[in-house]
Amino acid sequence: MFDTTIKNRGAMTGRFKKTGLLAVAFAAAIGLGQALAGPADAAEGTFKIGMTAFLSGPAADAFGVPSMNGGKLMVDALNKGEVPGPYKGSVGIGGMKIEIVPVDEAGGAQVQIQRFRDLVQREKVDAVVGYDGSGNCLAVAPVAEELKALAIFSGCGTPRIFEEASYEYVFRAGAHSTMDNVALAHYVARKLPDAKTVAGFNQNYSWGQDSWRDFKLALDTFKPGMKVVDELFPEKGAGQYGAQISVLMRKKPDVVHSSLWGGDLEAFLLQAGPRGLFKKTNVVFAMAEHVLPRLAEKVPEGLMTGGRGAVGALHPDTPLANWFYKAYEERYGIPAVQAPFRFVQTILGLKTAVEKAMAANGGKKPTTEETAKAFEYATFEAPTGMIKMAIGGGHQAIQDNAIGISKWNAEKKRVELVDVEYFKAECINPPDGMKAVEWIEKGFPGAKCD
Amino acid sequence: MIHAVTSSPPLAALVCAAALMAVGLMLPDWVLFTASLALAKGLVVLGLVLLLRMGAVSFGQGMYYCLGAYICGLVGNATGVQDALFLVILSGLGCCALGAVLGVFLSAYRGVFFAMFNLALSMILYGALLKATSVGGSDGIGIAPPSYFGLSPSDEYRSILFYAFVVVIAAGVGLATRIYMRSELGLAALAVRDNEIRLEYLGLSVRRVIVFNYAIAAGLAGLGGGLVALVSGHIIPEFAYWTTSGEFVFMTVLSGPSSIVAAFGATALFETVRLVAGQYLPNAWQLMLGAFLLLSILFLPNGIGALAAGRRRTRAPDAKEDAR
Amino acid sequence: MDVFLTILVDGTIYGAWLFLIAIGLTLVFGVMKILNVAHGALYAIGAYAAATLVGGNVIEEVAGFWALPLMLLGSILVAVILGPFLEKFVLRLFYGRDEVVLLLVTFGVSLILEDVIRMIWGVFSQYVAAPYSLFGNVEMGPLYYVGYDFFVVALAVLVGVATSLFLSRTIMGKIVLAVIHDAEISRAMGVNVSRVYLYTFTFGVFLAAVAGAFTSPMLAVTPSIGVNAIILSFAVVVIGGMGSIGGAAVGAALVGLSRATAINFWPEAELFVIYAVMAAVLLFRPQGLFGEPAQRRI
Repeated sequence: MFDTTIKNRGAMTGRFKKTGLLAVAFAAAIGLGQALAGPADAAEGTFKIGMTAFLSGPAADAFGVPSMNGGKLMVDALNKGEVPGPYKGSVGIGGMKIEIVPVDEAGGAQVQIQRFRDLVQREKVDAVVGYDGSGNCLAVAPVAEELKALAIFSGCGTPRIFEEASYEYVFRAGAHSTMDNVALAHYVARKLPDAKTVAGFNQNYSWGQDSWRDFKLALDTFKPGMKVVDELFPEKGAGQYGAQISVLMRKKPDVVHSSLWGGDLEAFLLQAGPRGLFKKTNVVFAMAEHVLPRLAEKVPEGLMTGGRGAVGALHPDTPLANWFYKAYEERYGIPAVQAPFRFVQTILGLKTAVEKAMAANGGKKPTTEETAKAFEYATFEAPTGMIKMAIGGGHQAIQDNAIGISKWNAEKKRVELVDVEYFKAECINPPDGMKAVEWIEKGFPGAKCD
Repeated sequence: MIHAVTSSPPLAALVCAAALMAVGLMLPDWVLFTASLALAKGLVVLGLVLLLRMGAVSFGQGMYYCLGAYICGLVGNATGVQDALFLVILSGLGCCALGAVLGVFLSAYRGVFFAMFNLALSMILYGALLKATSVGGSDGIGIAPPSYFGLSPSDEYRSILFYAFVVVIAAGVGLATRIYMRSELGLAALAVRDNEIRLEYLGLSVRRVIVFNYAIAAGLAGLGGGLVALVSGHIIPEFAYWTTSGEFVFMTVLSGPSSIVAAFGATALFETVRLVAGQYLPNAWQLMLGAFLLLSILFLPNGIGALAAGRRRTRAPDAKEDAR
Repeated sequence: MDVFLTILVDGTIYGAWLFLIAIGLTLVFGVMKILNVAHGALYAIGAYAAATLVGGNVIEEVAGFWALPLMLLGSILVAVILGPFLEKFVLRLFYGRDEVVLLLVTFGVSLILEDVIRMIWGVFSQYVAAPYSLFGNVEMGPLYYVGYDFFVVALAVLVGVATSLFLSRTIMGKIVLAVIHDAEISRAMGVNVSRVYLYTFTFGVFLAAVAGAFTSPMLAVTPSIGVNAIILSFAVVVIGGMGSIGGAAVGAALVGLSRATAINFWPEAELFVIYAVMAAVLLFRPQGLFGEPAQRRI
């Protein structure tokens, strides 16, 4: 009716016809998504999970896609009841088949909020698991709380999530980044007792800055008087490290700390190796474990590195871990590294919490509140060992960590980690109610290292 | 009645706002978020439309957008004042002031150099924020939900109330911008694009026109940034990264220079396409977005504003096109 | 003394890398007035082509000097396949539009290409590591450099000089210069301008692929390597004055040297410095170092 009335008027009204039409178009555009809203509630007897990981962008290669692969493997095996160890014979989550909705984590924090709301309110998932970007976790957490929806984070390193706020519905089923660098500092202090100078080589964003801060502080406790000779912060994605390598070689620190990952880390190893940096100084990595299988022979000998937990080839010798490591390589043709190990912790943690809640409520599918309550301070077994939701008011997990030294095995054509040392979760993670930085600065009060 | 609506901009704005509110009441919560986001970002695009009318494009509008978000978030966190209107007005004014200062320098630049100078400035802000660990560095910082004139809504009503707030702001600003565009000074912007020398002959200062429009665009970007900060509850330096600015330019070209409503429509369309592509093709949503970009430029050479008008309202921006 | 030598060497290597990317960008802009965002994705595709031909993983790699002609072959294939396709079926539809619109078109193309890369090669990084040790090591005072890095510098000089000579000494080159100067008059004089566009764009794709292929040995080849490269080379091209090969060379050197200086003396400023240089240059030369408002040349 808008149309017919205005059709024959002059230029002025034409313009306003446009305004009217566009207002309608705007409404139509924002309604479009709703029109496309297909999926209704999950069918009875299924448990629907939104799975978020970087499927594109720089983190897809190192974390996102292996995470998603690991998650799919675990969900398939759970649905078939094939997961060994403590989960033997247990199907899905509390007998319910698991259904997944994969989501790309790339696109920035705002897009993640958008997609999280979409998962919860349109897809009506029972829980959302995943997320590797700290910024994304920090942005999504309050939204989960607002929507009263379960969010279980896997990767994001920052300890800030449960230190700056407390949540009812948000959990992280993996340790935060503090333990990576505390364990590394322990290891460096033990293996390199004569080291006197240290330099940092970390990416210019929160992950790199926090990792370096934690390492520097921790090392200061173990080896007082270590001199910091340089703090380099190359741009994320820079890819070219010639100038930084020259600086490091010129200043010759005894130890170089780096939390690089993915393509940046590989480029750094490829460039610094031939220049002899690794012969002149000990470069120690917080999480280089994930590039070892594919970089193979090009990995310099004698690198000290961890993998943010007892992951990959460092996994503990349990039926669950051995099965997962083997099944992953069989299915995807490449050994599982840290990301899939970390990611499946969210699913197993969720399974544990839901089943605990069901045991309490008489076997019904639990409400989100019941699951959240059951999740707090829970303990469950994962391929990385026992995961304890011990800190952050029972919402933040702690887990064991392992550090080793790289060694090329020409026979097996694999990089192995030797001289591996395992660190107990309680030794390298702050106690409940204490901020990570404060804990390191005070000299690790309450740490149980035996 | 319709004639009355169509010939009076204030009435048109009122009707638009009422229609949007009515639609909003029917929308589910998750669409409301995207709709609020679209209206807030539409303000940024509206600012870029003002620049586009002068034939100028900025690849650094993310700077003001980001600054607006940080003003809103940091002032709110520091003072504990959560009043939405106060905070976003502060964001807008702060950015407008910075825009007026920088505009004096930038008004000497044209074309790609203008675009890239803006980009350089926004990347410098981005770099500074990455280093600002006290405000969260690259992980950003969370901000408390806003209140409205002392009224703090509970969780259930937060989305709809914010949507209503953005609708009122967008309608008000849209109306003001329309009145400005038809004013003498507003029309001078078109003359800057067409022929600067002739404009000087008329006794108007080209530079002043550019600075004025640039400052308003900066203010609108700041306002939009402040609103986005409030609706998403988390601010990150990425707001100033060049890809954010690139998205705004895309929405602006999609909108075209001729209409206020088109600026909001283009933003809504872009956000919807991105969301829906992400839902159905988690592995190829960028491809869909790229294809959407190409097709919309191909079939809507003057933006969706011109589409609704049913004819080409503006001539092709580049008069030298036959030379190619 | 040592410090300044290392800054000079590191800055030059970095600048050479930037110049290799920027020369194709500046040439295409000079002739077609298109600031090609997809250049970054084409750079990545060049690297992937090299990885595919040379081996792609560190175990089964083509060793020895054979890798170099293979990398060149890969670049030619990328150019011959993608250049005409993109020019004829995508860009040609948009000629005559505003520069900004053309830029957005190439932005759309780059979004598409990035996903296409992931569909063809997957997300996992690939390596072309063997050629990196082809030229041995060079010792310089306390420092070790990799010979391949100097090969890249030589390659950048070669590409720059060859392109300049082609433009100034050959008939075809002079036709291209005429089109750069004034496409309309050239057309009136009987120049087949659309063919010049086709060749120029294809050559631009070739240059992007060459940059990607020959820097791939020092990188892990991932789908997103182009994103960071493209914004840096934009800065280089703008500093140089848009469309000038000499300008791009000076811009690349300037950015490379100031970055190396920053890393040595003020590492906090690594990101700032590139944009600060760009802002400073534009402040004093609004048209870039070698840009001329009235007639652009390359």
